[in-house]
Amino acid sequence: MELCQMSGLELGKKIKAKEVGVVEATKAVLENIEKREQSYHCYVTVCKEEALAQAEAVQKKIDAGALDSPLAGVPAAVKDNMCTKGMQTSCASRMLETFKPIYTATAVQKLQDAGAVILGKTNMDEFAMGSTSETSFFGATKNPWNQDHVPGGSSGGSAAAVAAEEAFYTLGSDTGGSIRQPASYCGITGLKPTYGTVSRYGLIAYASSLDQIGPMAKTVEDVAEIYKIIAGHDKKDSTSVHQPAPSFTLCPDMKGKKIGIPMEFFGEGIEEDVKEAVYHGAKVYESLGAEVEEIKMPAIGYAIPAYYIAACAEASSNLSRYDGIKYGHCATKYDDLVDLYYQSRSEGFGFEVKKRILIGAFVLSSGYYDAYYNKALQVKALIKQSYDDAFAKYDFLLTPTAPTTAPRVGESLKDTLKMYLSDICTVSVNLAGLPGLVVPCGFDKKGLPIGLQLIGKAFGEETLLNAGLAFQTATDFHKKTPVGKEA
Amino acid sequence: MEFETVLGLEVHTELATDTKIFCSCSTEFGGEPNTHVCEVCSGMPGTLPVLNKKVVEFAIRTGLATNCEITRYNKFDRKNYFYPDLPKAYQVSQLYLPICQNGHIDIEVNGVKKSIRIKEIHMEEDAGKLIHDPWDDCTLVDYNRCGVPLLEIVSEPDFSSAEEVIAYLTKLKAILQYTGVSDCKMEQGSLRADVNLSVKPVGSKELGTRTEMKNINSFKAIARAIEGERQRQIELIQEGKKVVQETRRWDDNKGASYAMRSKENAQDYRYFPEPDLVPIEIDEEWIEQVRASLPELPEAKKERYLSEYHLPAYDVDIITGSKDLVKIFEEAYEVCKNAKEVSNWIMGEVLRLASETSTLPEDISFDAKNLGKLILLVKDGVVNRNTAKEVFEKMFSHNVEPEKYIHDNNLKMVNDDSAVKEVVEKVIAANPDSIAQFKEGNEKVNKFLMGQCMKQLKGKANPAIVTKILDEELSKLK
Amino acid sequence: MKITDELLDYVGILARLHISEEEREKTKEEISKIIEYMDRLNELDTRQIEAMSHAFPVKNVFREDVVQPSVDREEIILNAANKKEGCFKVPKAVE
Repeated sequence: MELCQMSGLELGKKIKAKEVGVVEATKAVLENIEKREQSYHCYVTVCKEEALAQAEAVQKKIDAGALDSPLAGVPAAVKDNMCTKGMQTSCASRMLETFKPIYTATAVQKLQDAGAVILGKTNMDEFAMGSTSETSFFGATKNPWNQDHVPGGSSGGSAAAVAAEEAFYTLGSDTGGSIRQPASYCGITGLKPTYGTVSRYGLIAYASSLDQIGPMAKTVEDVAEIYKIIAGHDKKDSTSVHQPAPSFTLCPDMKGKKIGIPMEFFGEGIEEDVKEAVYHGAKVYESLGAEVEEIKMPAIGYAIPAYYIAACAEASSNLSRYDGIKYGHCATKYDDLVDLYYQSRSEGFGFEVKKRILIGAFVLSSGYYDAYYNKALQVKALIKQSYDDAFAKYDFLLTPTAPTTAPRVGESLKDTLKMYLSDICTVSVNLAGLPGLVVPCGFDKKGLPIGLQLIGKAFGEETLLNAGLAFQTATDFHKKTPVGKEA
Repeated sequence: MEFETVLGLEVHTELATDTKIFCSCSTEFGGEPNTHVCEVCSGMPGTLPVLNKKVVEFAIRTGLATNCEITRYNKFDRKNYFYPDLPKAYQVSQLYLPICQNGHIDIEVNGVKKSIRIKEIHMEEDAGKLIHDPWDDCTLVDYNRCGVPLLEIVSEPDFSSAEEVIAYLTKLKAILQYTGVSDCKMEQGSLRADVNLSVKPVGSKELGTRTEMKNINSFKAIARAIEGERQRQIELIQEGKKVVQETRRWDDNKGASYAMRSKENAQDYRYFPEPDLVPIEIDEEWIEQVRASLPELPEAKKERYLSEYHLPAYDVDIITGSKDLVKIFEEAYEVCKNAKEVSNWIMGEVLRLASETSTLPEDISFDAKNLGKLILLVKDGVVNRNTAKEVFEKMFSHNVEPEKYIHDNNLKMVNDDSAVKEVVEKVIAANPDSIAQFKEGNEKVNKFLMGQCMKQLKGKANPAIVTKILDEELSKLK
Repeated sequence: MKITDELLDYVGILARLHISEEEREKTKEEISKIIEYMDRLNELDTRQIEAMSHAFPVKNVFREDVVQPSVDREEIILNAANKKEGCFKVPKAVE
C-alpha cells in the first residue's frame, strides 16, 4: 500500500515501529499537495517549511519516548477558522486575509501536543457560511471524486484534503452540518461531537451556541482516536462540559441495538440513490443484529428556519468585531470613523456573509426579536424535546446526511434558499447539541459518494463510534478512494 | 407656573476585584496604554469569556446591602453597538434577568425621610478609553479598562431634588465602600452617574419628557447639572417649546449641557442571551454565605453609635458616611474606649486638617491607633490639650508615634507641684502691680498671672494644677 | 414578510454595511425569500414553551479572582493597520 493511502492509525503504527519516518511521511503528503492542489484547492495555506521542522521535532520526541499517542507523527491539517499562533488564519475571508493569531486554539494545541504535524489550513466557506466551499475569498475547493462538483461545506477543504490524500486527517467545524455534509459528499468519515465536548477556544465563531470542532478522516477508528485527543474540559471555554477526557475501546457489537429512522429526513427533494443507500445501510445494521424502526419527528420540519434565525443572529453579533481597527481588513479610503466601519466591513466581507449578517441584525432588531429570535429558541426547545423522546426508545437514529450527493459547481449559489433547505438532515442535530457521525454508505449513479448519518444522544459518541465501526467492518465504502480516478 | 422635578439615577461602579470580569488581566488603575490587556479583553477572534466569581459575590453583597431580591436564575446578554472603545462591538451585560431587583435605599434630607426604590442592579463589563491626539487630530484607543467589572445600579425616578440625589449617592457610596465592593474613586471613574431628569407642573400626574445626562463624575457637578438641566427644561416649556428625549453631556466648566450627536445612533442594541456564557444559579446557601460575610452597614452602624455611644446625630452622620472615618473612629476607640473624645477629635482636628490640606478621607494616612493613644495621654495628664493638638498635626502629616514624639521633643506636661510652685512664686514676685490690684479685690488679674505662669512653663503644665497652686499662693497674700 | 428598501437601509445601519446599488435588488430579494420562509415558524403555537438558549444544563462556570500576566502590548496591536504609541489609532471619535 502506498504511504498516503494509509489511515492515520496505520501510519501511526508504522511510525512507532520505525518503519516510516515522520519527515518521510510529511514529505510524501506534501508532494501529494503539490501535485493535486492545482486541481482541488483544499488549502488556503500550506506551511511546508514549518511542517518539515515540526516533523523533525516530533520524530525526536518519538525517539525519546516522549509521545505515546497512536497518531503521533501523523501529518494533519486544520480548517482555516481555527487560530494557529503566527500562522495566517483567514476564515477564507478577505477580512482576515493577513490575520496572524497570537495564540493557538485549544483543539489544535491538543493535536500538536499529541504529536500531530500540521501541514496547513484548509479551505472553507467564508466564515463557515455556506454548504459548498464556494464562498471562499480564495476560490472554491473541488470535489476530488469529480471536479465539476463541490466538496460540500463549509469544511469542504478539510473533507477534500482527506479524500485527495493531501492530509491523513483534518479538523473541521460544524455549525449546521459543516463537518458531516462535506464528509458525505467526499466519501470520508466525520464526527460532529456533542456541543461542549471539544473546546471552542480559538475557533473563530460563526454561531457560538451551535459551533463545534470535530475530526474528519478515512475511518471510524481514526475519527475515534482524534476525538479522544481533542475532547475534554477546557477552562477557557465556559460552555465546555466538565467531563473527563474520553477513553473507551471500540466494540462494534450491534446485537439488540435499537435504531430509529425518522421519516422527516426523507422529505421533498431527496434523491432516490441517497434514499436507497441509506436504507441499504439500515439493512446492514439489521444483518448485524440491530432492530430498525421508522419513526416520526414532526418538529424536524421547523429546524431550518429556527437554525438560520439563531445562526444568523449570533453571527451578526460575532462578526461585528471586524471593524478594520484591531485586526483584519482596513479600508484605505474613508471619510470619518463611522465611514471606516462601513468601508472596511463592506469591502472585507463577501456577499453571503453580508447577507447573513443583515438577516441576523433584522431578527434581533427592535420589534422583531420576539417573532423571530425568541421564537427560534422556542422551536429549538421543541426539537430538543423531540430528540429526547426518540432517545427514550432508540440507541441512535439513522438518516441521510443530505438529500442529494454533491451538487455541481455554481449551482447552489444561484438559489440560496434552496441551498439552505438542503441542510434539512443536519441542522436539527446542532440545535439539539447532539453528536452526529457520518460514514460512507454508497455511491450514486454518477459515482459520487453518499454518507450515512448516525445521530446519538448527548455525550453518546462512544455508541455512535461503535455503530460506525460495525458498519465499516461490514462494508468497504470507506476504503474507496477517488485518487487515480480523477485528474 | 410652578414646576417640580422628577429624577432617576443610573450609577455605574467599577468593582474592587483584582481581575477583570471575563479574563485574568489586572484591573489596576493607570499603567501604560494596552498593558493590562490579553486576547480575551481585546476581543481577538476565537476568544471566549470566563466569569470571575467574585463579581457575582460583589453583586450579591450590593444587592443585600440595598435591600434587593437576589435573582436566582441569572443570564448575561449581549448589547450590540459599534464604538472604538468596545472591541467586540458588543458589551456583555444583563438585560432580561439582572442579578438584583426591587431594592431601596433610605435617605434623609432636612429632617425628611424618604425611601428611594432601586429597580435593578446588573453586572456588565466596562469599555476602554479613547484619548484624543491633537497632534494627528485622531483618537487613540487604550483597552486597559476594557472588561473591568461594573455594577449598574438603576433607581426608580423617585428623586425630586439635587439634595436627595446627593444624599442617595452619599449613602450608596458608603455602602459600596463598607462592603468592599468598590473604592468609589470618582476622579478615577470608579463611580459614575447618569441622571434622568424631567419636569412637570406641580401636581400634574403626567411625567414630562426626560433627558439623560451621562457620566457626571463629582457630587458638586451632579448638583450643578441637575439645576442647569431643570432650568433649561422649564425655560423651554415656558417658551412654548418641547423638551426632546435625548442624551446630553454636561459640561461642568461651561455650566451647560449639550445634546450628544446621535448620527448613526439608532439605539437599537439588539440584546440577546450571550451564548458564550452559561446561566448562573444562586441558591439560598450562597446568599446566606454572602449575608454572613457582610460587615455592619452604615444604617446599622449609625443606630449603634447613637444608642451605644450617645454621640450627636450630626457627628454620627458625618463619621458613618465614610468608611475611612469609621475606620479611624473604630481603631482609635479600640485603644482609648472613649467614643465622645474620638468623635470630637475626628469632627475637629481630623476634618480640619483634611480640609486644609485637601486630603480625601481615603487618603488620610496616620495610624488611627495613635489617635487613641494620644487621647489617653491627654486623659492621663501627660500632655495638655493644646500640646496634643500640636502633636496631632505631626501625626496627621508624618504619621509620628505620639509617645515617642512627645518624649523626643520634651513636650511632657510638668506635673511636679514643687516645680510649678517655684514658677508661681517667681511670677508673683515679678508682678507687684498685679498683686497690688489683686489685694484690692480685682480678681481679673488671676487670669493674667495664670497666663504668665503657663508661658514660663512653656504650656507644658497641667492647667488645673497651676490654677490650684496659684490660688493657694495668692490666698496666702490676702 | 417582504424586506422593503427602508428596512434594508435600517439593518444596514445596524450592521454597518453598505449595500451597493448592483447588489441591492439581489440582496433584497434573497433576504425576503429567506425571511418569508422563516415566517413558517408562525404555524407553531409556542406560547407554552420556554426559549432555550443552551441545549444542556451547564451552569455556574466561574474563574477565581487571581491575576495572570497580560499579553505583551506589541502582540495586542500586532494585527492593527493603524497604531501609535502602543494604541490603536482611529479617526477622531466625536460625541
